[in-house]
Amino acid sequence: MLSIQTNHVGHSLIRIEDLCKSYDLQDASGNTITNQVLFNINLTINQGEFVAIMGHSGSGKSTLMNILGCLDTSTSGSYWLSEKNVAKLTNDELARIRNQKIGFVFQGFNLLKRVTALDNVATPLLYAGVGRSQSRKQALELLRRTGLENFAMHQPNQLSGGQQQRVAISRALINQPPLILADEPTGNLDTQTSREIMLLFQQLNRDQGITIVLVTHEDDIAAYARRLIRLKDGHIIYDKNNNTNISVDKLSRIFPA
Amino acid sequence: MNFLAIVGEALRALRQNRLRTGLTMLGMIIGVAAVVLMLSIGQGAQTKINQTIAEMGSNLFIVVPGATSSGGFSFGSGSIRTLTIHDAQAIAELPTISATAPVISGTAQLNYAAKNWSTLITGTTPDYFSVGNWKIESGTTFTESDLRSANRVVVLGSVTAQNLFGDEDPVGKTIRITNRPFLVVGVLMAKGQSLTGRDQDDNIFIPITTSERQITGNQFPGSIRLMLVQCKSADEMDIAEIEITQLLRQRHRIAKGKENDFTVRNLTALADVATGAAKVMSMVLGAIASVSLLVGGIGIMNIMLVSVTERTREIGIRMAIGANQRAILTQFLLEAMMICFMGGLIGLLLGIGGAWVVSQVADMLIVITLGMIGLAFLFASAVGIFFGFYPAKKAASLKPVDALRYE
Repeated sequence: MLSIQTNHVGHSLIRIEDLCKSYDLQDASGNTITNQVLFNINLTINQGEFVAIMGHSGSGKSTLMNILGCLDTSTSGSYWLSEKNVAKLTNDELARIRNQKIGFVFQGFNLLKRVTALDNVATPLLYAGVGRSQSRKQALELLRRTGLENFAMHQPNQLSGGQQQRVAISRALINQPPLILADEPTGNLDTQTSREIMLLFQQLNRDQGITIVLVTHEDDIAAYARRLIRLKDGHIIYDKNNNTNISVDKLSRIFPA
Repeated sequence: MNFLAIVGEALRALRQNRLRTGLTMLGMIIGVAAVVLMLSIGQGAQTKINQTIAEMGSNLFIVVPGATSSGGFSFGSGSIRTLTIHDAQAIAELPTISATAPVISGTAQLNYAAKNWSTLITGTTPDYFSVGNWKIESGTTFTESDLRSANRVVVLGSVTAQNLFGDEDPVGKTIRITNRPFLVVGVLMAKGQSLTGRDQDDNIFIPITTSERQITGNQFPGSIRLMLVQCKSADEMDIAEIEITQLLRQRHRIAKGKENDFTVRNLTALADVATGAAKVMSMVLGAIASVSLLVGGIGIMNIMLVSVTERTREIGIRMAIGANQRAILTQFLLEAMMICFMGGLIGLLLGIGGAWVVSQVADMLIVITLGMIGLAFLFASAVGIFFGFYPAKKAASLKPVDALRYE
């Protein structure tokens, strides 16, 4: 935990102190049972890091991810995102943060059904107040960069899993957020496609300095990150830099083409 | 997010579910069409009654001789002939009265060439035509001098003229009434049926003097069957009624405390009753139609609630990529309102079309006013906002994490 304390000062993008999360459940006889999922989490992530949060199911990693993404609120403790105390923000301000500061990539892609890839990518811009034609122009440019310009007018069900995830990544990038949160982004993909997606994340992290926080339970996916955090039963049990991380050049040895 | 973009998203959502959108809209279409149709039928009936009343003449009293009894037997109204032509002349002198028209009537057999026709014969004064709001189709009415000299002149109702003369112009021709020759001086314009359904155009009019002396005869010379009295203005109807009553009591020398030997009836009051009835009918029809609009509205709420549940994940995705609560609320509210608005528009056209069909098939007068169209639209929008708001609010207040996790 000492390393976290030293990371604390400086340009931290994410700073979490003593964060707890619990759910109130009703059991069969109507009594309220408090189920605590996260216990006193302290965590700082700096601008430009590539972090993998690991753990088995039930470890609390998805809950932590939802709190980091301002989709859920903590029960106690504090969370600063870009030096803003998230707990004090209104719903509208949270929506603006999700729109401007965070790009989400999900396991199930979560694209809007029966909406073209182009419009899926453009939608965050619409919520940012950009006009439709300008949004589409930018979305098309982004799809071109991820190699999907020929699929712009396809609907999600006409695309492969890897293509859908690349559309989702394009959507996450369109407002140029400093942070990308990826929740099991390769969970529905085969090994080859997973590798392509992870390389894309590495590239974004290295070339554009985008902070990437990745949640996964697979060690070989976490290996792409430069910092590994392991959660167990709601506690951080491991937080170290990943010296053996897979970079583009080492990759060919691990995944022979 | 700008408003136009939300409109686009709402439109897209509606297009994606064409069948559901169409079926939901159907409730609205039927509701608005029913309201428009019912209101137009009600308004038509009201207008028709108003026309009939206007044709009857405005601000009218009808004065009839009173009932009498003899040896314990009560005879009906008009069974004694207490009213006279002179009463009518005296009433005409009252400051609130513009004209009076005494009437005696009977039936008579008419002949022209080979045709003959039996009809109602009305003996009256030239004022009758203005008081009763009769218009001349051709020729003129008879005159005061005809009245004084009891000339044998006749004005024909349009139906009578048609039956006796066909396409021939009756003016200047001579017809025989109970075998006495009469000169036709004029033909009246058709007026149609009275409120009681009698054909007012099957009728002939001759000077009251001629009638009394030569056609109908008179048991009590100078007495009349009834008189029409026209008041100068609608506001003075009440005063005029009192004045007529007082004047007739004086003229008939009725002692204080004794009953009148005549009856004054206010025809405008009757007309008000008829108009009121039509209004009530109109409102009842509108209320019944509104129920279908209400049911349509509940249908919209129902569908929107299903839609919110079905699209929970979509709402979660939209929230995750930056939609705030207002954007979600606006989108779902707009979807409901668009259904209402489009349904309202189609319903309006259908309602107008239906009204036209009814007017053609049932030969009814149908009136469609701008106010009616406005009302239907206002109602449709109100239904959309009212029944669309709750589901939209429900969608907007979902927690992003719960919405995203929804399967």
